[in-house]
Amino acid sequence: MPDHNPPAAALPPGLAAPPEVPWPEGLTRVPYWVFQREDVAALEQTQVFRGETWNYLCLEAEIANPGDYRATTLGGVPILAVRDHDGEIYAFENRCVHRGALIALEDFGHAREFTCVYHAWSYDLQGNLKGVAFKDGINGQGGMPECFRMSEHSPRKLRTAVVHGLVFASASDTVPPIEEYLGDEIMERIGRVLGGREVEVIGRFTQELPNNWKLYVENLRDSYHASLLHLFFTTFELNKLNMKGGLIVSESGGNHVSYSAIDREAEAKAANDYAAQNIRSESDYRLKDPSVLEGEDEFGDGVTLQILSVFPGFVLQQIQNALAIRQVVPRGVGRTDLHWTYFGFKDDSPALRKMRLKQGNLVGPAGYVSMEDGCVGGFVQRGVVGASDRHAVLEMGGTDAASTRTRATEASVRGFWKAYRACTGL
Amino acid sequence: MRITEIMAAQARYARCIDTDALEAWPDFFTEDCLYRITTAENHRLGYAAGIIWADSRGMLEDRVAALREANIYERHSYRHVLGLPLLEEEGPEGVRSETPFLVARIMRDGATDLFATGRYLDLWRMDEAGAPKLAERLVVCDSSRTDTLLALPL
Ligand code: FES
Ligand SMILES: [Fe+2]
Repeated sequence: MPDHNPPAAALPPGLAAPPEVPWPEGLTRVPYWVFQREDVAALEQTQVFRGETWNYLCLEAEIANPGDYRATTLGGVPILAVRDHDGEIYAFENRCVHRGALIALEDFGHAREFTCVYHAWSYDLQGNLKGVAFKDGINGQGGMPECFRMSEHSPRKLRTAVVHGLVFASASDTVPPIEEYLGDEIMERIGRVLGGREVEVIGRFTQELPNNWKLYVENLRDSYHASLLHLFFTTFELNKLNMKGGLIVSESGGNHVSYSAIDREAEAKAANDYAAQNIRSESDYRLKDPSVLEGEDEFGDGVTLQILSVFPGFVLQQIQNALAIRQVVPRGVGRTDLHWTYFGFKDDSPALRKMRLKQGNLVGPAGYVSMEDGCVGGFVQRGVVGASDRHAVLEMGGTDAASTRTRATEASVRGFWKAYRACTGL
Repeated sequence: MRITEIMAAQARYARCIDTDALEAWPDFFTEDCLYRITTAENHRLGYAAGIIWADSRGMLEDRVAALREANIYERHSYRHVLGLPLLEEEGPEGVRSETPFLVARIMRDGATDLFATGRYLDLWRMDEAGAPKLAERLVVCDSSRTDTLLALPL
């Protein structure tokens, strides 16, 4: 009998309903539905955050001593990162195997063991179940059955890896080792900032973003917008497109580095280009207290800006002497938590430390060059309502996701989507 | 320094920000002031960084200039509601006070939200004209979270 039903449109695995429009081949189009759908957000939890990825958990310095722990998240999943007495770092879900309550309630702490508050089941520092209250009942009544084995129950454990003091974890057994995942160039650039140094946290802030997490990740990888959206930078010659520098995109597309260093010669020449473009960057705006820009060349290579990201949601920032880690955590389709950890090093001179505090004004929720980034994702989230059948256009600088010498490109944004599509199959 | 003078200065400070008279905001501070916005958690842990960190009146003037000329954000305003200042004994450096605040944020589209609660930890000093000026204002927000951005000062 002939089949008169039209063939059903192929439903990407993990989606509850067909997408509004198919995702075109190539890297230059991103359908807006990817920022709007609950089923996409659910798919990301398993395929991205708990998939073939390494996710930043915390600084090694935050759990320096045996028994120190840090409660954090991997995607939306609560995780404990713990230093055990063997000196190693362990990570496991912060979820009691009995009935699912959080094992630890504080963000930070020091523990000999963990005891769930609900019915007092207890765990060692590696997440092994070690005690069940009233296991043998009371006065011969109740208790767990004979066949119950504590060793058969433990919260899911994660692989962990430490890179220059950064603790990463993966829920995947098959993801390549972290060094391979990052690639040589990214490893080197992390080492440039953190290698051999003793980190000291100097502040911690959480910024709530009114948008999908991917809009923030796009933004932080978008080297094209910096001098156009952030007037502060361009006015004070921190980050013009004509500076020396460039963009590194890893093979997978997922990791990137954007960097720049002052190039006085090119600057004079290109000043004309800016004027000719009539870009909203021309002003006579001068600082009353320019000491905020008098940073040191602390890494000795003249690089004034290095923004490095690791797929999916990790950022290492050097903007002059303002150093920070940003952790991007989805909180639903249209909300994101951005956790900032400002840091310096134990051996900072008082002058350098003060400069970090001063240049902290450049970043964070009130940052001269980052407050716009906190709103612009929301502008997109609101702008694309009703446009789930439309696409964003990512053609600046070509169609590929390769490293380049210019920052007038969307190559690393395309790189993100390359890695994202490989992970999710969308 | 009497509590009434400090309360009057606090009231003028709040009105200055809430009525968008930001150009006058640095005048509440001494030349070598310290102004910092942080959170209760950072304060408890002794972390020195701020969401805003300024150690001169010039930096506060730059803040205002940046908000007016450089930064891009949706139009919004604040409504400060201040509690009563708690004054400490006057010391050699001036008078210290602690004042609780609530700040609502009113967005361009009319949405009003409780944006921040916290306390001002202040150090007041008389200027030549006998008016109290802020030598230090540490703004300690109760929550560790900031919604979207913090553009206007607290
Ligand atoms: S839920 Fe943890 S002991 Fe019951
Ligand atoms: Fe930006």
